[in-house]
Amino acid sequence: MTQSHRIPGKGLMIDRTRPVRFTFDGKGYEGFAGDSVASALLANGERLIGRSFKYHRPRGVMAAGSEDPNSLIEVHENGQQTPNVRGTMQEIFEGLDARSQNHVGPLNFDLMAVNDLLAPFFSAGFYYKTFMWPRAFWEKLYEPAIRRAAGLGRLSGKHDMGLYEKAFAFCDLLVIGAGPAGLMAALTAARAGAEVILADEDRRMGGRLLADQPEVDGQNGADWAASVVAELAAMPNVTLMTRTTVTGVYDDGTFGALERVSLHRAPGEAPRECFWRIHAKRALLTAGALERPIAHPDNDRPGVMLASGLVGQMGKFGVNPGKVVIFSNNDSGLHTARSLTAQGIEIAAYVDPRPLPVTEEFPVYAEAEVVGTRGRLGLKDVSIRHKGGTSVIAARTLALSGGWNPTMHLACHLNGRPEWSPELAAFVAKPGMVPGMSVSGSAAGFMSTRAALLDGHQKAAAALIELGLSVPEISVPESEDRPWAISPLWAVDAGGRAWLDFANDVTTKDVKLAAQEGYSSVEHMKRYTTQGMAPDQGKTSNVSALAVLAEATGKGIPATGTTTYRPPFIPVSIASMGAGGRGEGFAPQRLLTSDAKTRAMKAPMIEAGLWYRPSYFPRAGETDWRTAADREVLTVREHVGVCDVSTLGKIDVQGADAARFLDFVYTNTMSTLKPGRVRYGLMLREDGMVMDDGTCARVAEDHFVVTTTTSGAGQVMRHMDFVHQAFCADWDVRMISVTEAWAQFAIAGPKAKAVLATLGEMPSLPFMGCADVTIGGVKGRLFRISFSGEEGYEVAVPTRFGTALFDHLVATAEGMEGCAYGMEALNALRVEKGFITHAEIHGRVTADDVGLGKMVSAKKDCIGKAASQRPGLFEDREQLVGLMPVNQGETLSAGAHLYNEKDPAQREFNQGYVTSVAPSPTMGCWLGLGFLKNGRARYGEVIRLDDGLRGRKVLVEVCNPVFFDPEGGRMRD
Amino acid sequence: MIDLIAKPAVSGLPVSHGGCTLSAFDAGPVTSIAPYPGRDLSAVLPFPAPGTVSDYQSGRLIWAGRDMAFLTGVAAPDLSGLAAVTDQSDGWVWALLEGASVEAVLARLCPLDLRLRSFAVGSSARSMLQHLPILLVRTGPESFQIASFRSMAGTLVHELEIAIKGVAARASL
Amino acid sequence: MRIPCPCCGDRDRREYTYYGAADFLDRPAEDAGLEAWDNYLHLRDNPAGVTRDLWYHDPCQSWVEVERNTVTHEVLSTRFVSAKAGASA
Repeated sequence: MTQSHRIPGKGLMIDRTRPVRFTFDGKGYEGFAGDSVASALLANGERLIGRSFKYHRPRGVMAAGSEDPNSLIEVHENGQQTPNVRGTMQEIFEGLDARSQNHVGPLNFDLMAVNDLLAPFFSAGFYYKTFMWPRAFWEKLYEPAIRRAAGLGRLSGKHDMGLYEKAFAFCDLLVIGAGPAGLMAALTAARAGAEVILADEDRRMGGRLLADQPEVDGQNGADWAASVVAELAAMPNVTLMTRTTVTGVYDDGTFGALERVSLHRAPGEAPRECFWRIHAKRALLTAGALERPIAHPDNDRPGVMLASGLVGQMGKFGVNPGKVVIFSNNDSGLHTARSLTAQGIEIAAYVDPRPLPVTEEFPVYAEAEVVGTRGRLGLKDVSIRHKGGTSVIAARTLALSGGWNPTMHLACHLNGRPEWSPELAAFVAKPGMVPGMSVSGSAAGFMSTRAALLDGHQKAAAALIELGLSVPEISVPESEDRPWAISPLWAVDAGGRAWLDFANDVTTKDVKLAAQEGYSSVEHMKRYTTQGMAPDQGKTSNVSALAVLAEATGKGIPATGTTTYRPPFIPVSIASMGAGGRGEGFAPQRLLTSDAKTRAMKAPMIEAGLWYRPSYFPRAGETDWRTAADREVLTVREHVGVCDVSTLGKIDVQGADAARFLDFVYTNTMSTLKPGRVRYGLMLREDGMVMDDGTCARVAEDHFVVTTTTSGAGQVMRHMDFVHQAFCADWDVRMISVTEAWAQFAIAGPKAKAVLATLGEMPSLPFMGCADVTIGGVKGRLFRISFSGEEGYEVAVPTRFGTALFDHLVATAEGMEGCAYGMEALNALRVEKGFITHAEIHGRVTADDVGLGKMVSAKKDCIGKAASQRPGLFEDREQLVGLMPVNQGETLSAGAHLYNEKDPAQREFNQGYVTSVAPSPTMGCWLGLGFLKNGRARYGEVIRLDDGLRGRKVLVEVCNPVFFDPEGGRMRD
Repeated sequence: MIDLIAKPAVSGLPVSHGGCTLSAFDAGPVTSIAPYPGRDLSAVLPFPAPGTVSDYQSGRLIWAGRDMAFLTGVAAPDLSGLAAVTDQSDGWVWALLEGASVEAVLARLCPLDLRLRSFAVGSSARSMLQHLPILLVRTGPESFQIASFRSMAGTLVHELEIAIKGVAARASL
Repeated sequence: MRIPCPCCGDRDRREYTYYGAADFLDRPAEDAGLEAWDNYLHLRDNPAGVTRDLWYHDPCQSWVEVERNTVTHEVLSTRFVSAKAGASA
């Protein structure tokens, strides 16, 4: 019968008018809109929902929230699968495909359940002890077998193509948890005019008011909660965030929070999850308290629940538990027994280790304990040891209440340690553990509804005063204010296996064994037994486990302490934290004005920093990069080539002290440069190593335009800002990047001047000259500089005209037997000329190493000068050299190391390394640039290039790094 | 004689989803003005305080960084000896984001507190939009101007459109 | 972590680039000698407590000296490095 275990009229989270069909392990079920997978299965009489981690024991739902250790399921959609979803958190929707996990064969006949029979062998530290020898077996046999058998759930192995978001939010007061304390606090702060964010894990706010529904202000607590939520929702200064779990606390009032945006719906356009970074001036932790079970033999059967889990499943979803036994050591368990009885649920027994001088409407076993259960796939009966002997009571549900652990995890995230409260038999947060955050309500140990409401109001009022706001007049509603007492009972001493951590199958025996074997620190016990390391992070088991450890070591609970609470409070998908970072979102794409034309010419693009630049421009019949690049190089040398060089960083430097400033950041002197002239410049880091190189053009007396390398642009700007602001902020100098303002194209080759002439009347510039020009009525700039060794110009126009100018230049060049050229040709041209790039100036070379020592002016100070003159930087240095293969046909490779011809390829014989190589059609062989020990004194020597990665050994001749036209006549005139 | 045709910084706009619209925006001439130390420009123009925008003739002066403002919409006056002046008309792509959900859209991309109370109409800020550097100006309770590096125009539109769609799709939940 | 920029106000750490200790502001004279330069470039305290270091606020291009506590992570104060400019060079 469908939904046979539903109590008529109960369950305020479900809409009985809207049935929803879903499948679990392929079998169809019906629930109601608002159900979780757990509640819907329970309502259908299913208690078995999964298998335990290690022993593959049958397991059922224990709780009603994210703390549930048992109901881990996989959710399948569109070929994706998400493992370890808590069935208590996954809302059902039409067509939901949920599956159990961690079993071989059907869920009710798991072949791996044999592990349960082998349990005596699988105690804590089993793997460490068993799979030690022989050593060689580990990687090949043991580890793969263990990995197959262990682990929870499976991944699809496919990319998660779902949409995820991240977002930022700001508020005066963040209230974490919307139970009685949270709602009261949010209301108080909202009425004071504070900007409030109220976040709650559930889809409906109210917390425990929705579960046990105590009377508040003369009405059902859930109704009171609804009225408060309605008032808050109408206020513009309040943001209500449902289905949102605050997962971590970080410095300076920053909180992480995971919002389950659309996981309750079939996949659509909306993001699945959103990871929020909330910055709050003040915060209140009102996350309530989590009940803990009592460890007794066989306390893990489907049908064994936390009392609060039972109350939640009943109150929110109308789940009928059948006949119930309650085992409790505190007053809330007793209250639950009374409340369930009043609602018509049969309490078969109330079991309490305390002496209880009360008579009830249900059988009470005082000074008694549960010592066993039966029922392989679902609870059948409960054994109770009492003064009169042992009784076996039939029951469908056993509800455990071992006390309450305040949910103060977040308060510990900045490394604060909680303190032990003997009255609560629990750890509570100390004030000030997180600056600006206080803990309130049952999270702070206020157990009655009235006390939680009062405390929420008071802590909010305190926060308002700190925020400089006045506290509004507000009456805190009346509610139950029952006293609450507990007599700690962590584990029943009755032999057999008693579970502490249900998710990771850790029993009291495992913890005792850890203590016995010397793992008596709580952090060691955790790692030895894996207690608290499952997806639930031991929410229901940590305190009980350390209490059992404390008993075993005799140290006592306060001295034993807790393990470290770290973010995240619940599992957070990596996809949500990295939202937006996939594909194009990984990094911005910087596109040149020539981009569309370049791609239309079928040029393969390569990334240069964030820029996309063409490798080469293939022509019909050219089947590989080499053919195209060689053709482009020869075209530049013989005719003319055009290349987009807009990616180079360009910085506008102005002011009466601009020249003085440039003298300070460059090694060479820029103040002697005449307007209309350009000079090559070298910048050092303060430690004396080369940072970047480029050109410096003086366009007017107090106005320079300097260029940087493409990849160095950001670093150079930051560096120049530092030098200016730290050392000479009072100088008349201002800088701004103009990289993006200009589209700049190199025209290189013997016919460069002819191409230039098509742009209109151009000044005749000397080598290293510059001038303002007008091109088709547009103001531009012309530089005569060369990175190819040919007569070269760079012409710049405002970026909006870049596309038009590039089109014109390419067409014009092609009309003169010229072409566009890409990065491969550009690289070959510059290697032939021995021009350096960041392959050479990689951060560990000095100006002298690259043969530019003379550029460090002796006449003035500059950044890096003092350190560049250090003794030790001039002897036995690896110096820039050229490398040519002895056999012309051989290929060189960058990254290879250099050795004397007869030496083995071993570190102690290393003579240097290769930084750049290129095939040179001009020279008819591969050329290399590299650094060689005392290289400049070794021209003519034959050494060995050894590329261990590619297994390449090539004899090369050391030579001057300027292979082609060493006098530079071609680029001058 | 060559005739150079200007190309806009961005194409494919406007895009609109769920009452939020991203459109291209012509800021007109843009000039960066960086006063030299100790200079008082007030006789010539109202240099804006950090995070603000001031009016100048028919244009606007937008604070755009340390000792820096962008004059948009009108040509820059003569500031010789007072400030460094650089044409930035072509360095930036400008877009206009309008609609009831603008704050929600930007909250998905930008780590700034953009609530009206904290970032009033007429505020300007330099910040980031995902990985993009931006200049942000609030022109109304439900409208922002966003400027970023011109070469990144495609990414700017891509990021904003994803955020706009994501926010719009929530309305269907 | 949040760092107040002296001109932009309170900003997320992701807007900043870290450089190093504030010692970099005390640049020795060119001829101060090897030891002074070695100290300037390489010798750093590693305090458990209050420290001063340099951060670049990329969006507005300001270099900021941040005084903070390495134990509590508290940011105690910030100021422009230009506040003490002109000391060298």
